[in-house]
Amino acid sequence: MAGVELKQLHRRFGDVVALAGIDLEIPSGEFVSFLGPSGCGKTTALRLIAGFDRPTSGRILVDGKDITGVPPNRRDIGMVFQAYSLFPNMTAVRNVEFGLRVRKEGRGVRRGRARELLELVGLDQAADRYPHQLSGGMQQRVALARALAIEPRLLLLDEPLSALDAKVRVQLREEIRRIQTRLGITTIYVTHDQEEALSISDRVAVLSHGQIEQIGSPGEIYGAPATPFVAEFVGTMNRIESTVADPESGRVEYDRTALPVDAVRGRPRGERVLLLVRPETVELEAVAGSPENGLVGEVVSQTFLGSVTRLRVLAGPTEWTADLSADGQRCGTVGARVSLRFPASSAKVLSLEGQSMPELELEPEPES
Amino acid sequence: MTPRRFISPTAVLWLLIGAAYFLVPLIATFLFSLKNDQTAKCCTLANYSGVFDDPEFWKTIRLSFVIALETIAFTLALLVPTVYWVHLKLPRLRPVIGFLALVPFVVAPIILVVGLLDLYRGTPTWFYAEPYGFLAATYVILAFPYMYFSLDTGFRAIDVHTLTEASQSLGAGWLTTLFRVILPNIKAAALGGSFLTLAIVMGEFTIASLAQFKTFPVHIQYVSQNKAYQAAALTLVAFGITWAAMLALLAVGRGRGAPTTQGAR
Repeated sequence: MAGVELKQLHRRFGDVVALAGIDLEIPSGEFVSFLGPSGCGKTTALRLIAGFDRPTSGRILVDGKDITGVPPNRRDIGMVFQAYSLFPNMTAVRNVEFGLRVRKEGRGVRRGRARELLELVGLDQAADRYPHQLSGGMQQRVALARALAIEPRLLLLDEPLSALDAKVRVQLREEIRRIQTRLGITTIYVTHDQEEALSISDRVAVLSHGQIEQIGSPGEIYGAPATPFVAEFVGTMNRIESTVADPESGRVEYDRTALPVDAVRGRPRGERVLLLVRPETVELEAVAGSPENGLVGEVVSQTFLGSVTRLRVLAGPTEWTADLSADGQRCGTVGARVSLRFPASSAKVLSLEGQSMPELELEPEPES
Repeated sequence: MTPRRFISPTAVLWLLIGAAYFLVPLIATFLFSLKNDQTAKCCTLANYSGVFDDPEFWKTIRLSFVIALETIAFTLALLVPTVYWVHLKLPRLRPVIGFLALVPFVVAPIILVVGLLDLYRGTPTWFYAEPYGFLAATYVILAFPYMYFSLDTGFRAIDVHTLTEASQSLGAGWLTTLFRVILPNIKAAALGGSFLTLAIVMGEFTIASLAQFKTFPVHIQYVSQNKAYQAAALTLVAFGITWAAMLALLAVGRGRGAPTTQGAR
């Protein structure tokens, strides 16, 4: 299997910069996801790797060989598309055979390999069905088998599950990961679904405005976001603007309240910082009367999400989000006054010096 | 249990009126064609045997049919790659081509033939003086709107971009993609355009007559001037032959039984 290198990959569409210089190295056999909102350049990057589009500048290397100018049909790269892409005039097995037929493989080899791959994706019983006789999930499984049939150097998946319902999506993504691990094929997966990216990838590259904001393991991306954008985009995050009050003991000032935050130790006193606090780390306690210290707010909404209940609490100028497990819901009625706490070690800190409060901007995908 | 389906009496009435609109002229023509040439009384099949015994009938119908097939082949060869490319790479050109396709409707055949006779003057004799050259070239223009709009509809019904890219990612070049992936999926549209082209060519009189080629419609007109009853028989025979040809095209085009419908979306 092949390793992939992207070197200073740029792509412009007129005045729109879709990719603003991407550098990335993917070792052989790794599963990397490109994660980001619409218009961040993730699909553009994938299309450049597949050869359906040419970069304005930059190079794409597979196994150290420059393939930037190689046409898509000579790249040996398998791809599964967002839209259902099976050839409607062919049965499932003939769809899977197509790439081998193009490579002039004998009928016996073709049929054998196609059956083997259909079995791998659990569809050997549906080999003789036409695409219109298959469900969306089945069609994408056949598309995966078809992409794997040519034994590609690299497998690209462009939001292959986005048209499927939630349950099938979870089932199929696990299957994709299982097959990828078994075959050891280098894979790039494009998605805007953070849960999907975090659950199946070895590494996740978070893209915004045509650039990679952060690349790392799912744990790093979720637990230690490098930029406010990553913090906002990956998972739900409380973003609290505050000021370093006591660098020695590690305290920030927020709404005239001192909050303990280990990560501000050693930072300049008075520095404006953005606290990043995950909702599941926020603890709430019902308060009666007015407590002398601690952060106090009022519950403004309560949403049942199954395993947790999400509360919005207005405390100071910011609306906090707290996810409570079933046994922690007692204080969660709307209008209740609650005190908020979070472990001092759990909050991450980003400096806000010299910049305004960052906003998450979503732009439409440029036309290719 | 499946509910029983009733057709409302009003729908049946409208169906009968619609059917009568098409069938009454055919029945009238048929009855007319059975009359005796000498006595003008019913009923004889002599007019039909007269049609088939006439060597001009076979000669002209063969000529028209070959020109029709030639026109279909040229039009498909010209338009399938063009419409494919426009859908894939130049979608902004679609309205322009749609406008151009309307031109043959606007220009009357009589003006078209005069212009083309002048335009092609000086071209080699094998083209200018032969129906398989000049007439076929002219009929390609006449068939342009029918074939273009049929193909355009067919291409709009499939995801040209995704199918092309899927095919390319599997190693197929442009020709393989066109013949193995795209063509089979626009077959119904191409067949529709071909039927219309066949019907146009088998019935076109003005251009053939002015260009002095004796095609099948010109032959019908010639017969009708001399033998009214036989001309009616000839018309019905022509009608039957055109339908038989269309059914043959349908059988050839759909012979392999693959569905051309889109996948479940």
